[in-house]
Amino acid sequence: MQNNTYLKKNHPSGSDGVTTEQEEQIQTIILDHLPLEGPLLPILHALQNAFGHIPPQALPMMADQLRLSTAEIHGVIGFYHHFKPSPAGRHRVQICRAEACQAMGSRELEAHAKRALGIDYHQTTADQQITLEPVYCLGNCACSPSVRIDDQVYARVTPERLDSLLEPLLSAPIKFVS
Amino acid sequence: MMTTIYVPCDTTALACGADELVRYLHTHLNEANQTDAIRIVRNGSRGLFWLEPLIEVDTPKGRVGYGPVTLDALPELLAQGILDGDTSHPLYLGLVEEIPYLAKQQRLTFSRAGVIDPLSLKDYRRHGGWQGLQKAIQRSPQDIIDTVKASGLRGRGGAAFPTAIKWQTVHDVRLGEHQSSNLQKYIVCNADEGDSGTFADRLLMEADPYCLIEGMAIAGLAVGATRGYIYLREEYPNAHRILSQAITNAEQAGMLGENLMGSGHAFHLEVRLGAGAYICGEETSLLESLEGKRGLVRVKPPLPAIEGLFGQPTVVNNVLSLAAVPFILANGGEAYAQFGMGRSRGTLPFQLAGNVKHGGLVELAFGTSLRQLMEDFGGGTFSGRPLRAVQVGGPLGAYLPESQWDTELDYEAMAGIGAMLGHGGVVMFDDRVDMGEQARFAMEFCVEESCGKCTPCRIGSTRGVEVIDRIRAGHNPSDNMELLQDLCDTMVDGSLCAMGGMTPFPVRSVMQHFPQDLHPDLASQASTGSSAGAESC
Repeated sequence: MQNNTYLKKNHPSGSDGVTTEQEEQIQTIILDHLPLEGPLLPILHALQNAFGHIPPQALPMMADQLRLSTAEIHGVIGFYHHFKPSPAGRHRVQICRAEACQAMGSRELEAHAKRALGIDYHQTTADQQITLEPVYCLGNCACSPSVRIDDQVYARVTPERLDSLLEPLLSAPIKFVS
Repeated sequence: MMTTIYVPCDTTALACGADELVRYLHTHLNEANQTDAIRIVRNGSRGLFWLEPLIEVDTPKGRVGYGPVTLDALPELLAQGILDGDTSHPLYLGLVEEIPYLAKQQRLTFSRAGVIDPLSLKDYRRHGGWQGLQKAIQRSPQDIIDTVKASGLRGRGGAAFPTAIKWQTVHDVRLGEHQSSNLQKYIVCNADEGDSGTFADRLLMEADPYCLIEGMAIAGLAVGATRGYIYLREEYPNAHRILSQAITNAEQAGMLGENLMGSGHAFHLEVRLGAGAYICGEETSLLESLEGKRGLVRVKPPLPAIEGLFGQPTVVNNVLSLAAVPFILANGGEAYAQFGMGRSRGTLPFQLAGNVKHGGLVELAFGTSLRQLMEDFGGGTFSGRPLRAVQVGGPLGAYLPESQWDTELDYEAMAGIGAMLGHGGVVMFDDRVDMGEQARFAMEFCVEESCGKCTPCRIGSTRGVEVIDRIRAGHNPSDNMELLQDLCDTMVDGSLCAMGGMTPFPVRSVMQHFPQDLHPDLASQASTGSSAGAESC
């Protein structure tokens, strides 16, 4: 499903405002990783690190260098939860949904997060600050429930603690809609 | 005299605030003009996670611990003389090595975890590092494999396949007999630790990364592979940072690269990040992903040992299998095999997680009972409420009711009750758990994470969620239970890999042992059902 919106939104490529400078940057990233064995995932990671998502302009460029079809690359992007085909919020907030966290109240925590931010999973707050995502295990299972904000993991997160972690990231205070 | 103080840099320790403590300590030491007298080392974690952040101070008696230390408690601890090994504070734990949780373990693979600075090559060597590789270099490849065979080591990722047999298969592939005209063997480490309730791989990579590197280099020598990859999940950014640095350090020190420890053998190692797909923990899906493709499961045969990464002979081993190898080579296969029971030799790092008072890593010889592990080490539930169910072996593992807690933790004993040991994760749930919801989640997780290649897994899981929803809503519960049973059978028998093939395990266990949670009408079957159920699994 993700794939269809992606196709609709991003074809034809090359005409939605990406500057030549950005294209050069994309090309540099691709060429830097080309000598690797199986370079596609490292390239996608590097692109996402640089741009926050995989810029649509990068698809034909990758296809060209890797001798793949854009459809194949497209399929790879769509397969992995981590890769974002379109821009996401400035911060990524992940709530662990796996069993160890469930045993410690993560179901309440995720409901609270959605309510506090006013968004569902895979959505971004209106101020473009936070994208909310589910994650299946952060490897912090002895001190559950766990939340990851960008690259930092937090242990034993209560709804109150989550509020205090989210508040500084948002442009306006959290409003509760009950 | 310089005093050394240890504050872990492990993910869980950081998640509990270890970095804030270090920042405070630096400020405090600056103000007190003590920066020259105190050395702060960022060690890995000992795996006693309920005590994190666990600060250790080196004293003439040995390393004493304080934990869990909060930022609020730190000023008081400092005032009371923590840096001199004060023994009066309530957070004082005594000698860390004598904390029963740690003292009662049999740490073979995790002997250095939390003890050393994970990135210090000097520490690693001083604590027995590189001895296994040194010995491996002096032996023939077949000798190395025989040593691993003698240890009885079986794959620690969960499938428990004998490691030496895998290695032997890759070793035996020769140029000319293989479909490829250019033979390049690979060692691939599966560090895609996606099972909920497991963190042993992460802990090891963050606490003792050279141990994994050494194990992989030994595997390389054994089978004649000169290249290795660690496929690490994206959810572990801290492990990524530490591993990458460790590889760079090891290369500079000549422990990796063109000329391994001056032996003339080459071994090049690289970390590759996954991208949030659980299925990539399945070995063939992992290989597809490493090749830059969608992580679709491959049909076996051909085995990865014959045609693995890029069609080349490939050893795919879990982090813990490879990390067990340095000990085995350094001390001999028999030294490892003397631990354990039956066909499960050596130790398994169990991981206590979920609703547990004392969560953490417990490395023990196979054969302890589940109850002992949860009570003696775990100390019961975190909430203090009665324990109701335990899921062993990750999201594809069965939920065990109290009647099964005396089962011995060994591969065969667990299989005997329709459960599995898997990667050693033990997730505890108290009496507030809704097991119907857990059964539904098992199917839902499979919907989310199925690679989509085979029908029983791709479609079966969606149908599974629907049937469970109908049962829970009270639509012909008994008829739908039959349908669910049938669906589970189809998934078990017809799926291509363990994802679809084992998703029914947790579901069936709920149907057998907790049917009343699926629907109250099914409660009457619970008492008769549990004995009948045991036969069917």
